Amino acid sequence: MSTAAFTAISAQLQLLGNPSSLHTHGRAARKSLEDARESIAKAVGCLAAEVIFTASGTEANNIALKGLYWQGRDQGKKVIVISEIEHRAILDPAQWLQDHEGAELIKIDVSTDGVINLETLKNVISERTNEIAVISVMHSNNETGVLQPISEIVTLAGDIPVHTDAVQSFKKIPLNYNQLGVFAMTLSAHKVGGPLGIGALILRRAVEIPALLHGGGQEREIRSGTLNAPSIVAFAAAVQEAYPTTAVAELRDRFITKVQALIPDAYINGNSKDRLPGIINVTFPGTQSDTLLLLLDSARVSASTGSACSAGVHEASHVLLAMGHTDTTAQSSLRFSFGATSTQADLDFIMSVLPDVISRGRAANKK
Amino acid sequence: MKLIAAMSGGVDSAVAAARAVEAGHEVIGVHLALSANPQKYRSGARGCCTIEDSHDARRAADVIGIPFYIWDMAEEFHDGVVEDFLAEYAAGRTPNPCLRCNEKIKFAAVLDRARAMGFDGVVTGHYARTQISEQGKTLHRAVDHAKDQSYVLSVLTVTQIEGAIFPLGDTTKVDIRKEAEARGLAVAQKPDSHDICFVPSGDNAGWLRDRLGSEVGPIVDQDGKKIGEHKGAYTYTIGQRKGLGITVPTVDGSPRFVLKIEPVSNTVVVGAREELAVTTMRGERPVWCGPAVTSEVKAGLVQIRAHGAALPCTYFFDGTFLLATLAQPLLGLATGQAMVIYDGDRVVGSATICETR
Repeated sequence: MSTAAFTAISAQLQLLGNPSSLHTHGRAARKSLEDARESIAKAVGCLAAEVIFTASGTEANNIALKGLYWQGRDQGKKVIVISEIEHRAILDPAQWLQDHEGAELIKIDVSTDGVINLETLKNVISERTNEIAVISVMHSNNETGVLQPISEIVTLAGDIPVHTDAVQSFKKIPLNYNQLGVFAMTLSAHKVGGPLGIGALILRRAVEIPALLHGGGQEREIRSGTLNAPSIVAFAAAVQEAYPTTAVAELRDRFITKVQALIPDAYINGNSKDRLPGIINVTFPGTQSDTLLLLLDSARVSASTGSACSAGVHEASHVLLAMGHTDTTAQSSLRFSFGATSTQADLDFIMSVLPDVISRGRAANKK
Repeated sequence: MKLIAAMSGGVDSAVAAARAVEAGHEVIGVHLALSANPQKYRSGARGCCTIEDSHDARRAADVIGIPFYIWDMAEEFHDGVVEDFLAEYAAGRTPNPCLRCNEKIKFAAVLDRARAMGFDGVVTGHYARTQISEQGKTLHRAVDHAKDQSYVLSVLTVTQIEGAIFPLGDTTKVDIRKEAEARGLAVAQKPDSHDICFVPSGDNAGWLRDRLGSEVGPIVDQDGKKIGEHKGAYTYTIGQRKGLGITVPTVDGSPRFVLKIEPVSNTVVVGAREELAVTTMRGERPVWCGPAVTSEVKAGLVQIRAHGAALPCTYFFDGTFLLATLAQPLLGLATGQAMVIYDGDRVVGSATICETR
């Protein structure tokens, strides 16, 4: 957590008061919370009234996708359109809506660079215009960092509501809700240096969609539950801190150059497209990424793979598979992330251990 | 040393990993995912490798303070253990899958991978001991004979034994549970696993029938006369007496026992108890857990079941087969089981029984 966020949450945790209470303590909490809402709204280019606080990005995605689907279904629209590379927090609720709520799920393919195929999307929209309840495409991909053409999607969509999961993009690159023209957008605090357990759904003013949680009617009756003032205040504090986009992107580019020099057959996924500054997805042929993770962690380097199933078994990334990878090459890929606090010394350290890790990884991979 | 601790989610492997850390080794915990479609929860002592087991293993690793990973060995396990189990039954033999798992997964796939990654060996919670003497590193029974698992480890070669660490061999199970409690491991009172891990229902015959079919065939006496019918020859075991469903009584009223299973003709042969008596056995694919057995006839002990008695015998290797002759005849010995030779507490080697007389 950023220092500013830590200071803010610590101070707020020591104050009494439920922001929904009418007494003095409650009003004080309400004041801090609404200040936070306004500052987040300003940073993201929306109205304060359009910010709905949630307990996670996953929850915000669920509210948006399910709410917009149920609203559309009431008008006879049962199609949900998403990309093949969405985070599980969109993939799974969309699948659930198809399995349990009568939705028809259409997944749009992506190019080998990891960008949604706008031609396919255009065709689907023109063939099914009056049947589509919601389109949801992530702003940038969490595994490859590749940006998605959200403005073009909004134009193609016309009157169809578009939701975007912007959890990865927020603060890393310019992001403006109004300019994008989306109907709904998901944010998460811990991805921007805020605390865990707080997220937000930006949803157009005066739009009413069915709720997931019913109760006290907080957050426009779309998201009931006592407001988590300390985390919200810390979220806003984190948002105010500058993110060194250029410096991180330079570090990433030096990392790519080094990897290509020292491990010549390694390749970067989505390398030719606009990407987030801090995420690099690399395939190391002839390895298994879970082996590499273990060896890197032993060497004090934290990397990650796409995902694991509920039993914890590493699985081939659905994102890389959608980009044309085979199971084998997808399972030979790792994601490295650089952040605001990463330094050249960190990069030098990674490069001092990576070649040995890769060669051990290859020796251990007899499959 | 740098070691991989194989952690099943049970109490034994958790304490083994903790002891290895305490002995000063650098230890990384690994849970083997052996089923492609694991069940969510464990039911009593049945099965293993459920999602709950992997969580228990992870929690134990966190309490011990070591990194933890899950290795997907489902494909290797299916090919090397489950398929072998089915093929053996289909051929009329009685296999021991735990032995195959040690031979092909824990001390082969896992140990090979660990060594390639720069680790020195694999720690497991097996009840067995190793010793280093002029004979090299040798495999021995655990102090707790009731829990001793040296039988299922008897398929390990000298190279595999060199990479195996068994920290529990000098302690009884009761004390391991107490130790787990003292170490704050939540799995301290978790039930032991029994049965075959990949048959979670515990119904081996039903599991086999689902996969091998249940073709009806004759039950015949030693003269070849049909006296009954069976529903799948492989669900019978040599020496079995109950559940044969034969209505034709013997002349003297004595019970009948399964003597032989003939998979090709799908026939089960039954006969009198004394016909089960075996004095010599021949084993194929021998493995030596220390110095190789030669053609010189030696006196020792042979064990033919995981928790069976060690029986006095003489044994030798004829260049292809391991042969053992028992001092006293034994009743009902199934082919496919491992014959494990002991010299006192030391495991000499093992072979898969292919013929008995």
